[in-house]
Amino acid sequence: MAERNGMVERRGAGLWLTHLGLIVGIAFIFFPIWLAFVASTVEQQDIVRPPMPLLPGDQFLSNYARALSSGVNAPVSTMLLNSLIMAVGIALGKIAISLLSAFAIVYFRFPGRRLFFWLIFLTLMLPVEVRIVPTYEVIANFGMLNSYQGLILPLIASATATFLFRQFFMTVPDELAEAARVDGAKPMRFFLDILLPMSRTNVAALFVILFIYGWNQYLWPLLITTDPEMNTIVMGIKQMFPSGDDIADWPVIMATSLLAMVPPVLVVVGMQRLFIRGLVESEK
Amino acid sequence: MEKRVKFKGIWLPILLVLPQILITAIFFFYPAGQAIWQSLFIPDPFGLSMQWVGLGNFEFLLSDRYYRASFVTTAVFSILVTVVSMGVALYLAVLADRLVRGSGTYRTLLIWPYAVAPAVAGVLWLFMFNTRVGVVTWYLGLLGYDWNHVLNEGEAMGLVVIASAWGRISYNFLFFLAGLQAIPRSVIEAAAIDGAHFWTRFRTIVFPLLSPTTFFLLVVNIIYSFFETFGVIHTITSGGPQQATTILVYKVYADGFVGQDLGSSAAQSVILLAIVSILTVIQFKYIERRVHY
Amino acid sequence: MKRTICILAASATLGTAQAAMAQTEIEFWHAFTGRLGELVAEQVDTFNASQSDYKVVASHKGNYSETLNAGIAAFRAGEQPDILMVFEVGTATMMAAKGAVMPVHEVMAAAGADFDQSKYIGSVKGYYTSPDGNMLSLPFNSSTPVLWVNRDKLSEAGIDPDTDLSTWEKVGAVLDDLKAAGVDCPLTTAWQSWVHLENFSAYHNTPFATKENGFAGTDTELAFNGPAQVTHIGAMGDWARDGKFIYAGRRNEGGANFRAGECAFFTESSAGYAGIKSEAEFDFEVRPLPYWEALVSEPQNTIIGGASLWVMEGQSAEEYKGVAAYLNFLSSPEIQAKWHQDTGYLPITAEAGELTKSQGFYEANPGTDVAVMQMTAREPTGNSKGLRLGSFDQIRGIIDEELEAVWSGDKNAQAALDSAVERGNVLLRRFEQAAR
Repeated sequence: MAERNGMVERRGAGLWLTHLGLIVGIAFIFFPIWLAFVASTVEQQDIVRPPMPLLPGDQFLSNYARALSSGVNAPVSTMLLNSLIMAVGIALGKIAISLLSAFAIVYFRFPGRRLFFWLIFLTLMLPVEVRIVPTYEVIANFGMLNSYQGLILPLIASATATFLFRQFFMTVPDELAEAARVDGAKPMRFFLDILLPMSRTNVAALFVILFIYGWNQYLWPLLITTDPEMNTIVMGIKQMFPSGDDIADWPVIMATSLLAMVPPVLVVVGMQRLFIRGLVESEK
Repeated sequence: MEKRVKFKGIWLPILLVLPQILITAIFFFYPAGQAIWQSLFIPDPFGLSMQWVGLGNFEFLLSDRYYRASFVTTAVFSILVTVVSMGVALYLAVLADRLVRGSGTYRTLLIWPYAVAPAVAGVLWLFMFNTRVGVVTWYLGLLGYDWNHVLNEGEAMGLVVIASAWGRISYNFLFFLAGLQAIPRSVIEAAAIDGAHFWTRFRTIVFPLLSPTTFFLLVVNIIYSFFETFGVIHTITSGGPQQATTILVYKVYADGFVGQDLGSSAAQSVILLAIVSILTVIQFKYIERRVHY
Repeated sequence: MKRTICILAASATLGTAQAAMAQTEIEFWHAFTGRLGELVAEQVDTFNASQSDYKVVASHKGNYSETLNAGIAAFRAGEQPDILMVFEVGTATMMAAKGAVMPVHEVMAAAGADFDQSKYIGSVKGYYTSPDGNMLSLPFNSSTPVLWVNRDKLSEAGIDPDTDLSTWEKVGAVLDDLKAAGVDCPLTTAWQSWVHLENFSAYHNTPFATKENGFAGTDTELAFNGPAQVTHIGAMGDWARDGKFIYAGRRNEGGANFRAGECAFFTESSAGYAGIKSEAEFDFEVRPLPYWEALVSEPQNTIIGGASLWVMEGQSAEEYKGVAAYLNFLSSPEIQAKWHQDTGYLPITAEAGELTKSQGFYEANPGTDVAVMQMTAREPTGNSKGLRLGSFDQIRGIIDEELEAVWSGDKNAQAALDSAVERGNVLLRRFEQAAR
């Protein structure tokens, strides 16, 4: 696909300028992460006396060992596992219910369709933070505090995925559904045999988006996980910041921040091709 | 926009939307309804008692000039975050799209920040601009610029905007690049053969063809800057200095969870709900119509 | 929630594995991380290892505000912990929550535990005591603001590091000299509202709010826009304008500047001791908080900041017995003295203070007793017992905003304090209504 531009663009100075522009962009984008990495390899004293070094120091092993062993309530490994379950649960759960409802909204005409449409889309905009106290009470009444269901379900109640699948289904040629209908195929056959395989890459793209969304939650897990065994990593990092008169242990905070970045980065980078293809196809 | 082809049936589609409707009803509409109900009271934080005040909470809010100011702050903040993150992303995507080789490498490097939680992004940027230990602050000081987002309202706004836009650049970049690469090369080649310059091609062909992507990103970024930037503002400025970076969602949190004033907080949720509903309708009714599909 | 298996606690009770089945778990939510978090965990481990009937399970629930919220949200859901740490500004909120909290003296009485309220230091427990003299919550970490001095900075500027810094007038003169000597940060502060308005008012025996700072009723009104406070904030504003007072942030951001050796003076909690000691590579010293000679001939006492432990309603009698045992354990002289020495927080009992003295700690660490003496020098008046104001965390936010306007030169002291009082009173009226 990248080949196409070769015919259009000339080589030479323009190419170098393009590379230069991108490198400057990347330097800007990457600098905070680089700095966090540097901070995770030096000693506290190097940081609190500015300017801190811009090249890594020699404390890598000791800082990371401290980070891994000294989670605030629970070990970092436990928190990473909880984040993983939460993120995967949110991603898969939301994709499942959204595929079904987007299919119904786009391909059927049924009573209450517009109402359902607006009811679902209203939730596109209002995150859990705005209704957090009543939502907490609902979860508590269901006995879902300190449970993966409690972490996952309220965050599924949002329409971003439905929105994206709707956009995608709208671009699927009408001829396909027409042909299926003429062939006398049942709607669910059409969904399973044609629409779902076509959505494969969209599902991958959404998985990435939702995984990140779930992984990055902070306020919600903080409220509903009173059991240290259920803590997630992002809340763990925020909790490493001193609340009162104590001091921030920057190297360990930064080391944990980077550890917390590894799984989502692996997902994003690893699923990059499918992810991008999903985005491309939804825009055709 | 509607599909021409529709399947028949009533129960099947209802069954299909049921899981989402149920989850939305239990975890969204019921709690939102509770918020509306609570907005008519001044409750005790522990839920031990409630004082009926009718629309008193709304009167209290609307007579508060700081609350009114927070609407302007939110608008400025959201527009800046959206424009900065989409602008930079589009620029980088156009550059990457020009490359024959290497665009994949750049892409891989550029998507990292997307994986960083807003709360953590706030930590990283605060670390760089910390008035005391911040590296950037220190080098700015060498250049004779005294960075102090703790007291300077403009700098505070600038910092939360950059920190919020930062992670979004990656996200927007991916969508823009995907959108650009999906444009059939024949279209661009034809224009190039016609002698159209890059900028003309971009303006007349590429950008219009990108409009579905742009629309989608516009919606998603506005939502993002309304709500998910909470973690950034919470870590960097806590809404200050004075109330220069107190956006509406932060105020809901601050009044409800710091001030324990659940009545006011609930009333603010209701106002947000109304604003957002109106925005949703406008977006779907007017903007979508102009977008090419 | 009761099935909690906490790794920390489990490792501590390894030796009593058999008894573990019958143990009653006591849930304790706190707001400490880092070194303080470790010290809390150590206390818990010591307690769990010392007996086999109860097991305290401590969890960190975020910062002070977040911990209070977590406790409130949990109570609404019927999932509240046994013990909740609440910062001092949440005291009025907790007191108003009759039916959600069980006063400590009642917990002790119900459990039949030994509880002598007179052994707690008056100015510490006063903040958490009902009008009839009964303790409502157990003070846990209490500190008071002091003046931290970077002696090397003074010497470098050609100033005698032993110079008298007892009054703001004298400090002001030294600030002039420091500025003239080219010092970039002569003075900085942490917790501006707590130090420069709340403690300032108590220290100068001036009301912060009417009705004995709220102790005598929720119909209290803010009163910190009086001439004394305006004088002080006005002077601070002038210093800020002249670059003699460097404002670093609403919490203890200024601590980083001081610990890095950049600032000469730093007004901060006595509990900043551990951090300063570990990071500062210069000769530092603790001095009593200065007062304005022009306003008072002698200062009153300062008030505390920090947090106390509240016992939540709705637990079993067995759990309350465990809570009583744990609170008594925390109050014991050895545990208190260790806590006081490790953290710089004030001891909550006189016995712990005496034990610390007899262990020679104050001689070995000069200045660590400044805070204790400053707190206990005089019998507290209606203006210096503490503050009991609803929505006070939010009011502090308003004060922060208005003070920032003074530091940046947008407003003068009188206008800013008037505005803070006016805005804060609106919140007090809403709180009064909610607590009715």
